[in-house]
Formats: sequence, C-alpha cells, structure tokens
Amino acid sequence: MKYKSQKVAYWFFVACMVLLVLQITYGFIMAFAHLGYDGLHAITPFNTARAVHTNLLVVWLLCGFMGAAYYIIPEESKRELYSIKLAYIQLISFLLVGVIAIAGYHVNWWEGRKFLEIPRPLDYLVVINVLAFLFNILMTLWKAKERTTTAMVLTMGLVFAALLYLPGMIWFDSQTLDSFFRWWVVHLWVEGVWELIMGGILAYLLIKITGVDREVIEKWLYVIIGLTFISGILGTGHHYYYIGTPNYWLIVGGIFSALEPLAFLGMALFAITMYMRSGRNHPNKLALYWTMGCAITAFVGAGLLGAAHTLPQVNLYTHGTLVTAMHGHMAFWGAYAMLIFAVISYAMPLMTGRKIYNNMTGLLAFWFSNIGMIGMTLSLGVAGVAQVYLERKLGLSFMQVQKEIEVHFFVMIIAATLFSTGITLYLINFFRYGKPKDEAILSETEFESLQSQGA
Amino acid sequence: MLSKKQARFFFFGGTILVFIIFLGMTWDSIANRIPEQTHADALTPEVVAGKRLWDKNNCMGCHTIFGEGAYYAPELTKVIERRGEPYIKSVLTSPVPWAPNGRKMVAYGFSNEEAENLIAYFRWIGNVDLNGFPAKPDIEK
Repeated sequence: MKYKSQKVAYWFFVACMVLLVLQITYGFIMAFAHLGYDGLHAITPFNTARAVHTNLLVVWLLCGFMGAAYYIIPEESKRELYSIKLAYIQLISFLLVGVIAIAGYHVNWWEGRKFLEIPRPLDYLVVINVLAFLFNILMTLWKAKERTTTAMVLTMGLVFAALLYLPGMIWFDSQTLDSFFRWWVVHLWVEGVWELIMGGILAYLLIKITGVDREVIEKWLYVIIGLTFISGILGTGHHYYYIGTPNYWLIVGGIFSALEPLAFLGMALFAITMYMRSGRNHPNKLALYWTMGCAITAFVGAGLLGAAHTLPQVNLYTHGTLVTAMHGHMAFWGAYAMLIFAVISYAMPLMTGRKIYNNMTGLLAFWFSNIGMIGMTLSLGVAGVAQVYLERKLGLSFMQVQKEIEVHFFVMIIAATLFSTGITLYLINFFRYGKPKDEAILSETEFESLQSQGA
Repeated sequence: MLSKKQARFFFFGGTILVFIIFLGMTWDSIANRIPEQTHADALTPEVVAGKRLWDKNNCMGCHTIFGEGAYYAPELTKVIERRGEPYIKSVLTSPVPWAPNGRKMVAYGFSNEEAENLIAYFRWIGNVDLNGFPAKPDIEK
C-alpha cells in the first residue's frame, strides 16, 4: 500500500465477506426447499430466498468492485483518493439501502423482476450512491498527473455499469418490452461492462504479480475487452430468442453468443501467458492462485458452460430450466467472485503489513471452495439435463419431474457444504490479517517490500 | 506485431460499430416487430393490472414466464391452455398455501377481480408469438 486512502478498501472488503455469508445462507434455504424441506416457508418463502440470494450476490460483487477501485485507482494515479470521507459515507449508505431492500423482500416489498427486484424508491438511492462513488473516483483521476490504461478501463467499466442501471428503471406494460430492457441491465452488465471491470482488475493484478511490462499487458487488455464488447453486445440476442421478439435475434444471438467464450478464452490465455513470461517469483502465492483460478474458471463457467446451451436449437429446450442455474453458479463464481477474492488476497498483506499469504488455511480455502463449486455445478447440471429430457422432451409434468430430480439437490447440499467450508477458511485468513495500518505504507515498490521482508 | 494503438482502435472501433448495429436492431424490434408479434393492441387495462400484480408479488421468484424467472414452480406461458381458467382461479384465490406434491405456494388470497386480471395477463402472454417456445414434447408431436 502506498497511499493512506487505500485503507478505505478494507471496509468494503469486510462488507463483501459479511454479505457473501448471508448470500450462502439463503442459498441453503433454497436448496433445502428444492429437496422438499421448506420449513421456513412462512417467514422466508422461496421467492424471498431467491431474491435475497441473487441480490446479495450483485450487492457484494459491486461492493467488491468499489473496494477494488478504491485500492487500485489511488495507486495507478499516484495520488490519494479525492475524499476518504465520501467513500465511507458512500459505503454506509450503500449498505443501508441493501439492508432495507433485503428486509423489504421479507414483507413482499419488491418489483418482482428477476435480478432487479429492488423497489423503485431504493433504486433512486442506489443511483445517488453510485454517482457519489463515481464522483470520488473520477475526481481522483481528474486531479492525477498520470492516467493509466488499466485505471481508465476499470473506470470506464464502472461508469458504463452505472449508466446501464437506468434502463432497468423504466416501467413497461408489456412483459416483452420489460424483459427486453431488463436484459440491457443484466446481460450488458455481466457479459459486457463487468468484464471491462474484470479486465481492468486482472490487468492490475498481473502487472503486480508477474512483473511483465505494463505496455504489453495493457495492449492485450484492449484486445480482450474489444472481443468482449464485439461478441457480448450482439450476444444479448440470446435473451431475445423466445420472449416475443423478432426471429432474426435467433441468428444474430446464436452467432455472437458462440463468439462470447473467445473473450473469456482470451482472458485465460492472457493470464497464463503473462504468468509464463513472468520474470519474478512473487511471494503472494494465494493472490496468484485466485488470479489464475479466476481467469480459468471464468472461461469454463461463463464461456464454455454458457456456450453449451446458447445455440437456439439447444436453448429451445434448456431455456428456463436448471441448466441456466448450473451455468450461472460457475460463471459468477469464476468471473467475479474469484476476482474479488484475488484482489483481497493481493491487497490484505499490503494494507496490514502481515504476510499470511502462503499458508495451509488459504490453500485449503482455494481448493475446498473450488471443488465445492464444481460439485454444485455438476449436480445442477445433471438435474437440469434430466429436467430437460423428462419435462421438455417426454412431456412429464413439472412437479413429477421435480420429484425425480430431488436427489440431485442432496448432492448439491453436500457440495455446497464443502464450498462453505472453503469460504469459512478464507474468512478466517481474512480476519486474521486485522485492520490496515499506516505503518504498512511503503516507500519502495510492493514487490521489493515483500521480497525484503520475506514470507 | 500488433501495437497498443491498433489494439485501442480495435476496441473502440469494434465496440462502436457493434453498438450501432445493436441500436438499429433494437429500434426495428421495438417500433416494427414487437407490437405485432405480441398483439400490443390487446394490452387492455386488465392485462396491465395483471402484470402489475405479477411484479408486485414477485411471481418470477418461483415461476418462469417466457422461460424467465426461477425454476421452483411451473412455467406459466401456456398455463391457460394447460390448466384452464377455473383451476388457475382456484389457485390464485386459495386462502391456504396451494401445495401440489408438497411444494408450497404463498397463499396470496387474491380477490376475484385480481384473479381475473392475472388470468387476463396469462391469456395475453399465451398469445404472444415466441418463435416456437415452449417446444412441444416429442410425445405430443
């Protein structure tokens, strides 16, 4: 850590961890309900658990992106953050809005639009909050003497993410139009501008961890985010196959969705190649694991598993089944959750001065959570494929099929338990670092500091 | 070998080009095709009121419509065709949780008018041209 204001990131990371634990808790409620044990139905019916589970995911990832930006932007622009106070106000208000929204979901206060359930009055508060965040970041960059490509790409991703929130705030009478513009937010976030944020953060981590020349890394960053937008924007078409939209989206969506894995393949090759070109042996092995793991798992989860059911001929049968949930879990985990874990793993030793980055707890956290997530993805995949054949091909009723595939949720709960064990270990390591200290501010480069002090 | 400048051009040029195409297709979809394909003229106040109820109660948190939503309860795009209106009305107005095969639905206890509005909404949904979705099962072909 080079600037005092970078410490702000720590509290965003703490918020991330707490919200993640809550997200997982509601995930268990849903898995048990699928298994036939819905004992909490009276206070947390499935639609509440589902809205909380997915919204908490979005909130903690956004919180992580903000934390990452507060850590990265000062360092990239070689100056303190514009306003530390504003960052804290923004975090507290962001969390307040989140808590009110989640409480609201328990008393039937929501909009009932998948991923965008947050009630409209709170939407306006989110907008104000995000504007405050962007103001802080943009002012920091504005006053900086240097604006690196990495910082600009990350900021561009954050600005576009804020702009794309707006189409989700328009009321439509038609379900088709409602859905059409809901995907402008959801799809263009996760398969568009969030990948810009991912690219920016990944580039920053690779520059720091591998020591490869910034110019080389940033050049390939442009190529990857170019591929992301070229495939991802028209790839929105895969959400327009069967919602009452013209059939040309089947062709356009099919072709461009098939290209979407290229961006993730690029991201994985980018990380692997830079690692192989690395001239340094970075001591923070955990940050390296999470960074490489993120790039590779994103390719498998978001790229390959997405491509597996994106062709219109396949999607006609898989659309609206558990196959989507299978892809969703590993995609979000690989591309975004692991990315936040990578940033936290990288930043914590530098913010606190404590070197807990090569220990068994951390390694087990990595492997348990990843193996657990693979197990969850497999069980959802088997359940989803069985559902497709029994319900969509053979014509059995929805509930008959649900009974047949119930057992896969038992397997999923076992895998989720392993996953949660991994997350618990990660949390143990995270809280062992303690709070950031001013003494951790470095005069030399971070890599030199880690080398001289040893692990 | 690719320079950073060329890479930047690839990103900005490609993105702007693709975005313009996307906006053009969006315009054509909204202005010319969707109204016809969804029978927008049949969006009566009852259908709209039904949609508001659908949203207000987060039905998508368990069910799917047009294949979108959660995967805990049945797909409802063709529910009128599949179940008929009297059955749907019974479910919607039930004072106790409807629990087919043990899986419970929240007992919303909708009024008669609300249930009629939701049925109007499902009827409108069922008539939208969805490019062949949901596919007929092999056994019915």
